[in-house]
Amino acid sequence: MRAWLRHHREALWAGLRRLSYLNAIVVGIALALPTGGYAVLESLRPAGARLALEPRISLFLEPELRRADAEALGKRLSADPRVETVRFVPREDALKEMSAIQGLSEVIAALGRNPLPDAFVVTTRQDIAAELGKLPGVAYVQADAVWARRLAAAAAVVELGLSLLTLLLGAALVAVTFNTIRLQILTRRDEIEVSKLLGATDAFIGRPFYYLGFLQGIVGGVVALALVAVALALLNREVATLAESYGSNFRVGFLPTLEALGALLGAGVLGWMGARLSVRRHLRAIEPS
Amino acid sequence: MVSFAAVAKHYPGGQQALKDVTFSLEPGEMVFMTGRSGAGKSTLLKLIPAIERPTAGSVIVNGQNVGALKRSAVPYLRRNIGLVFQDQKLLYDRSVYDNVMLPLSFSAHPAKEAARRARAALDKVGLLARERANPIQLSGGEQQRVAIARAVVNRPGLLVADEPTANLDAESAARILDIFVAFHQVGVTVVIATHDEGLVSRYGKRVLRLDAGRLA
Repeated sequence: MRAWLRHHREALWAGLRRLSYLNAIVVGIALALPTGGYAVLESLRPAGARLALEPRISLFLEPELRRADAEALGKRLSADPRVETVRFVPREDALKEMSAIQGLSEVIAALGRNPLPDAFVVTTRQDIAAELGKLPGVAYVQADAVWARRLAAAAAVVELGLSLLTLLLGAALVAVTFNTIRLQILTRRDEIEVSKLLGATDAFIGRPFYYLGFLQGIVGGVVALALVAVALALLNREVATLAESYGSNFRVGFLPTLEALGALLGAGVLGWMGARLSVRRHLRAIEPS
Repeated sequence: MVSFAAVAKHYPGGQQALKDVTFSLEPGEMVFMTGRSGAGKSTLLKLIPAIERPTAGSVIVNGQNVGALKRSAVPYLRRNIGLVFQDQKLLYDRSVYDNVMLPLSFSAHPAKEAARRARAALDKVGLLARERANPIQLSGGEQQRVAIARAVVNRPGLLVADEPTANLDAESAARILDIFVAFHQVGVTVVIATHDEGLVSRYGKRVLRLDAGRLA
């Protein structure tokens, strides 16, 4: 048991000594793409989910419509069983909301009068926008659900793309490690041959290479996470400006800790796999003669 | 200790290296194997640690049938055999001491015990003072002595040496052979292949003479 631990400790050190940081950086850059994409997608998901969960329909009323007719329409909407909530937005409130947005207050002041109509905001899970548009007094209908659906579809496409990219770059990581280990084995040909002559088992000879593959994956993963963190910090400076103009405090968040650790471990496992394939293929080929 | 029964070895391409070789070595025996270059000495010695496998017949080492040994069992067989080669097969990227430590790194010796054994082995071949040197700085004879220290550091019961003195001057060669005799005297079985019959006759040990793959 003690000897076994010592052999593993020595193999770990040997793996560390043989680690090429340049290779790890190459692995890291490759992994940064899907990792960063995933972080962005995960940050957008709550916003998309909210839109998809509460599909809203905005009914803009005819500008000349009297308040009493509007109230009657409100009652009719509330009575509809397919409608979940109804909120009346008087044109005065809409104007106030709009004036609060930076840059627009001067424009509105210049207009002199309120150009906005009264409106209803209706939440419903059903596709009744066209039908509501035909109600008397309704001038224009805007269905957010259409947007939500488009966003969800776009997110699904991006997600599929990311999955394919992850698969592809995962395979690239295995291939890079395979080649690294192959070169390492070839440069250590003499040592391997002599070790076999003196009674070293394949497991003993292969162990430092397994550790090397695993470590290269882990260090590559660390490089990838660091790159993503730096990229997001830069990106968020621009995102903050953009989001504030929409009155939002949206930021692209870093990967959750569990996901980040998972990415590291995944990279390590892929590196180990590359090492295993390479060791199986190349170590056996070296036999003393 | 070692017994060959009707052993034959063909190499792919039809070359017949050994034909019907039968002999056995008693534990603690010292034997010289002579014959011209190409007589099959190296092939015969390679069958003992399973570097080569016999085409026919059986090779028994320490009670194990080497020809039928599984690949995974070969390393454990080799740990009980000290191998010395004509081209020492030392590693030049590390010190003399680290070369001798190599076989101990595979097995389960505690670090202190391993260091003690490595120094003891270097002391026996008279090179303890050079333990920090790189093998490349040593003479041919000294390098061969490092190789012997590495071969005996695991305290094997059997030493197999293929032309250990081939590239050495007479004085260095005699010193190498004296070291093998010293191990034989403490009970180690020793097989040495050499083409130098003059050297062999001085020791008065059993001689196996190979001629074109047959024992003469």
